[in-house]
Amino acid sequence: MIDTNIKKVLLLGSGALKIGEAGEFDYSGSQALKALKEEGIETILINPNIATVQTSEGVADKIYFLPVTPFFVEKVIQKEQPQGILLAFGGQTALNCGVALYEQKILEKYNVQVLGTPVQAIIDTEDRELFVKKLDEIEVKTIKSQACESIDEAQKAAKELGYPVIIRAAYALGGLGSGFCDNEEELNKLAEKAFSFSPQVLVEKSLKGWKEIEYEVVRDRFDNCITVCNMENFDPLGIHTGESIVIAPSQTLTNSEYHKLRALAIKIIRHIGIVGECNVQYAFDPESEDYRVIEVNARLSRSSALASKATGYPLAFVAAKLGLGYGLFDLKNSVTKTTSAFFEPALDYVVCKIPRWDLGKFRGVDRELGSSMKSVGEVMAIGRTFEESIQKGLRMIGQGLHGFVGNKELKIEDIDSALKAPTDKRVLVVEKAIHQGYTIDQIHDLTKIDKWFLQKLQNIYNTYGELQKCGSLKGVSVDLMRKAKVQGFTDFQISRAVGLETQIDQEEAINIVRNCRKKMGVTPVVKQIDTLAAEYPAQTNYLYVTYSGVAHDIEYENDGRSIIVLGSGAYRIGSSVEFDWCGVQALNTIRKEGYRSIMINYNPETVSTDYDMCDRLYFDELTFERVLDIIELENPHGVIVSTGGQIPNNLAMRLNDENIPILGTTPESIDNCEDRDKFSQLCDRLGIDQPEWAALTSMDDINEFIERVGFPVLVRPSYVLSGAAMNVCSNQDELERFLKLAANVSKKHPVVVSKFIEHAKEIDFDAVAKDGEIIAYAISEHIEFAGVHSGDATLQFPPQKLYVETMRRIKKISRLLAKELNISGPFNCQYMAKDNDILVIETNLRASRSFPFVSKVLKINLIDLATKIMLGVPVEKPHKNLFDIEYVGIKASQFSFNRLQKADPVLGVDMASTGEVGCIGDDTASALLCSMLSVGHRIPEKNILLSTGTGKQKAEMLDAAKTLKKHGYNIFATGGTSKYLNDNGIENTRVYWPSEEGQLPQALDMLHNKEIDMVVNVPKDLTVSELSNGYKIRRAAIDLNIPLITNPRLASAFINAFCNKSLDDIEIKAWSEF
Amino acid sequence: MRKVTLILDDGTKFHGESFGYEKPVAGEVVFNTAMMGYPESLTDPSYAGQLMALTYPLVGNYGVPTFCKEDNGIASFMESEKIHAEAIIVSDYSTEFSHWNAKESLADWLKREQVPGITGIDTRQLTKVLREHGVMMGKIIFDDEPNNIPSAQYEGVNYIAKVSCKEVITYKPEDMKEGNVETLKIVLGKNIGKKVVLVDCGVKNNIIRCLLKRGVEVIRVPWNYDFNNLEFDGLFLANGPGDPDTAVDAVENIKKFLANPKVRPCMGICMGNQLLSKAAGATIYKLKYGHRSHNQPVQQVGTNRCFITSQNHGYAVDNATLPQDWEPLFINMNDGSNEGIKHKKNPWFSAQFHPEAASGPVDTEFLFDDFVKLL
Repeated sequence: MIDTNIKKVLLLGSGALKIGEAGEFDYSGSQALKALKEEGIETILINPNIATVQTSEGVADKIYFLPVTPFFVEKVIQKEQPQGILLAFGGQTALNCGVALYEQKILEKYNVQVLGTPVQAIIDTEDRELFVKKLDEIEVKTIKSQACESIDEAQKAAKELGYPVIIRAAYALGGLGSGFCDNEEELNKLAEKAFSFSPQVLVEKSLKGWKEIEYEVVRDRFDNCITVCNMENFDPLGIHTGESIVIAPSQTLTNSEYHKLRALAIKIIRHIGIVGECNVQYAFDPESEDYRVIEVNARLSRSSALASKATGYPLAFVAAKLGLGYGLFDLKNSVTKTTSAFFEPALDYVVCKIPRWDLGKFRGVDRELGSSMKSVGEVMAIGRTFEESIQKGLRMIGQGLHGFVGNKELKIEDIDSALKAPTDKRVLVVEKAIHQGYTIDQIHDLTKIDKWFLQKLQNIYNTYGELQKCGSLKGVSVDLMRKAKVQGFTDFQISRAVGLETQIDQEEAINIVRNCRKKMGVTPVVKQIDTLAAEYPAQTNYLYVTYSGVAHDIEYENDGRSIIVLGSGAYRIGSSVEFDWCGVQALNTIRKEGYRSIMINYNPETVSTDYDMCDRLYFDELTFERVLDIIELENPHGVIVSTGGQIPNNLAMRLNDENIPILGTTPESIDNCEDRDKFSQLCDRLGIDQPEWAALTSMDDINEFIERVGFPVLVRPSYVLSGAAMNVCSNQDELERFLKLAANVSKKHPVVVSKFIEHAKEIDFDAVAKDGEIIAYAISEHIEFAGVHSGDATLQFPPQKLYVETMRRIKKISRLLAKELNISGPFNCQYMAKDNDILVIETNLRASRSFPFVSKVLKINLIDLATKIMLGVPVEKPHKNLFDIEYVGIKASQFSFNRLQKADPVLGVDMASTGEVGCIGDDTASALLCSMLSVGHRIPEKNILLSTGTGKQKAEMLDAAKTLKKHGYNIFATGGTSKYLNDNGIENTRVYWPSEEGQLPQALDMLHNKEIDMVVNVPKDLTVSELSNGYKIRRAAIDLNIPLITNPRLASAFINAFCNKSLDDIEIKAWSEF
Repeated sequence: MRKVTLILDDGTKFHGESFGYEKPVAGEVVFNTAMMGYPESLTDPSYAGQLMALTYPLVGNYGVPTFCKEDNGIASFMESEKIHAEAIIVSDYSTEFSHWNAKESLADWLKREQVPGITGIDTRQLTKVLREHGVMMGKIIFDDEPNNIPSAQYEGVNYIAKVSCKEVITYKPEDMKEGNVETLKIVLGKNIGKKVVLVDCGVKNNIIRCLLKRGVEVIRVPWNYDFNNLEFDGLFLANGPGDPDTAVDAVENIKKFLANPKVRPCMGICMGNQLLSKAAGATIYKLKYGHRSHNQPVQQVGTNRCFITSQNHGYAVDNATLPQDWEPLFINMNDGSNEGIKHKKNPWFSAQFHPEAASGPVDTEFLFDDFVKLL
């Protein structure tokens, strides 16, 4: 049945995680690779995202950590000579690259066959005009849009359609460069931006307020079609589906509506000729059965990953098999293993996806939700009532919510306008409105959220009221207790509602409620996701916990052979795919060692939540309450809290209090590191230096502290008003302005101020220890000086420019810490080094962000080692260390400022990157070039704009400027920089800041005219003019899609790399060839 | 809401609350895994005598449309004149509904038609019990009336006779409101106005709609009516409830039709498939827990064509007993059971699933085209 000529297949990955293209493609790619492997096909993967599971040993046969661009992909094709290529599993990055390879006839040249959906079908769905034409042929209604190639045309089209209109850039993922315009002024602004991403811009009539419905459709080459899942957006059309709360299956559609859209989806997929999976998005009139097709994604997408997790139907796996030529009837349902894969899952639960935003991390960002995506992650909650599902989900996003009710009061000045113009806080605004007495009808009129959803939210609100009325826990009847739990209330919400929380300690209150309801017999049950609503027995253990049920679906062995691994939750800035990798590695080792592996996690974008990665997957909350529920049922041998980042780490102490066996380093030691005071004392005791710091509660104390240590200082408010949460202040003026802007200093909200050491090197130390002895370690050096968050910094491993003495000292200090804390398992220390003085910044007794990177460069799986140690399996010290490595790994950060309208794209002590890549090269230049190109930089053609900050920073950039000149680049520079360059004999053209009005040439004009190929803009300080001038340049660079670097050391390194090494000289080597 | 208990024949109990009409009731407990379409399912005559448990937990979300009729007397949105299921069993009844087309809540409708509805039941667990044990009789008892115990029998009862029409009704294609006769003429050519006898074993309205839409005149006759004396161009055997072995008269009439030297096309659906099989000489057996869902995969025998189908049946045709000149037309891809038969020479075929859908996927509606083209 399948094409046996295909022996070797190339799969394109999606590169770094970015807004709109995140972990879901690690999941789909991993599934596809698994499907190919099963067929005995040799797999080649190109993906520079070193933190992913798919780039781990054994997933693909050969892995190239290279940019997913036609240039590099062609080189790999040339070298590997694959017969087939898969384009649908690496998001828009892979799809765009695939289309380019096809159009440049590279695939033809090397005789590479595209498996699955043909490229022409992809082009038909990507090009709006072709797409509309294609659907017109089968009389399927689309949102009519006019393709425009100039702003004039766009203005004309908008006038014809009538405002409001929506603008989209063609060929852009996640609504990049798109938005709503109410008038011509807004149109001009948006259109210019859209044109910078794409030569074609679409103007269409806005259907704000319609329902948004999606179907995931699968087709095989025999024309058999199924729709695996449909989903309904809680938020009406107008809010990007990536920004919407999404419910599966649809809740407000009748049979006739559901099947009308389903039949259309099948008609469309047949006509377009998809082979594999695709997603159809509809706008649906809430007052009739009228519809419009919004778009069709001819590839695996965020929605398809969600649909896979929501239904248990492995879309990517099946799509890959169909690409090889199988029919759906050839494949089995992976959950039942007996029934056919040609079926449509029947759900007996309701799924709720909620996006996770991190807008608070960015200065100046626009918080309003719209047609372009800003969220950085998502969660999926499963329940048997809508109330349970959404309350779980609101807790899962990890932004301090306890559910729909029982939260800290939100201050909203004007509820009407807050309902009308939704932000990341919109659900809370609905709660507030209900609280203020708004009717469902009123809220519906303002938000256009379907009344059914609002009524369900009202139910939750009412139950909270009923609990409040009880006045005390004693007053709560069994029925009310059960009702609250069925509606997804936590013990904490109940304790707060009945007033317990005000009387006693929060943790104690929770325990009292827990014990009380257990006595009442109100306990949760564990249910399976089985794709067929219990019609056939499931062979997999894909589980969730609910109060709406009377019996567990599984039986517990109670044999003490289970190990629970706590996952990392929603992806967010600072915690993403790297912890998924860590979790998956831990699961693998647990299985290999003969234990039962159990995962608790709720992120639909991950591989760790793939039910065949472990023996039992609880797709559920990582709250103390839920984790304890599961532990009580599982009765495990132990729990691993050190591979899932900060969420599990924070649970360690509380689980310890309940006598839960935590594997590895003790929770007391974890606490000694997490608590700043305790850690400080420990360092003092061991004679380890750290930057001087203090937690201060008044301006006087702050001034006194600074008088002693001197500027600059790092200021970390514990309660953030707005904007960035941390900042470096170099003078009194800056300090005062920052505190006024960002923090509210008070007894209740102390500010942590620490001495900031300038021009210090920052070093990451990742290691694994056993009983206090370090077994393996990796030292990585930051290219940027301290002051750039370690998550944003560019890392090189092994270190290239560290003194041997520095490394020796770091090892020594780390050994001391490991011994003192009696570490068993993974840990990470961050150090600053100036000359050979070493200061410790912080220590985390868990795996860190850089574990996958150093593990893969070192070719020693540190998590495997750590897990063995935690399980008590004997391990040997690896024979090699970083001094044996004859190549370089560079980890570079991916920023998503282009999605975050108005945010200042500047780096600081707070993390801003959304993803990362890691490339390996024979020398630093090769590795750096590959990694910089992987995160979206381009090698400039001729013109470079420099504004290089303070004197010292200018000096740092001098050599790089000389190199640029030597290699024939034209340098444009703003006032100070221009003068500095002239003084140093470097020819340049002066350009003017936006504040230097009337003087020509203006830097901004040059950017708008596309005369600049790369911008290096180093912000000097926080002065007003600097902020606004620099901001305008930086923002323009981002909005106009011109590569921007804001750090002088990174800029120098990159400039040296591309001046001294041409791309053609980079040797194309697979990971295994280093 | 009053508390109720669902008691299965094996003694298993489930506790819940009443949201529909308040009366104890008994019947065969079956589960349906469809995620929407409760107005259609409740009015499907094939559910007569059964307590219908829905595995999808949230029910009632979009309310219930108006019960109005088209000019030809067929209900606009429902599948028959009334609710046929004995009761509906759900996990989380939605007291509030939201839909432009809704006129009342599911609760109000149930009360109006005097049909019990219970909520708060773990229908997943109930389904697992039925899956392991097989379908069972069950009772819904009101906890405050423990002695008011209903009783019922399902097997061996001729439910077809209960739900079938009592006299011949004729529907003319011109009665169709929506049908675009001109288009039909192009698609189906000569067949406008042909006469089809529809044996009503408990027919769903959408079967009639699907025929009328294709320009056919439908003569709906009671289940035991000897249609062989009528003048007609084709025979249609409809769906219906219960045990096919009780429909002896119908089988006899079909046998006569098959034996008629004047060969005319015949199509059957669900019960129609079973009666046609019986008439051909095959035997029927009861499935452990039946097929009731919108996601049943079937494959057309000897082809790579597969379809997702809507199903509602508790009995199946035994493939092995099909006589020589008949063969299976479709096979269930999950359990290999029969999903339709066809005659090797003559234009006679049937489907165990519901090509008319309502509720469910519409992928196999083309079978009506196939039938009408044969006329």
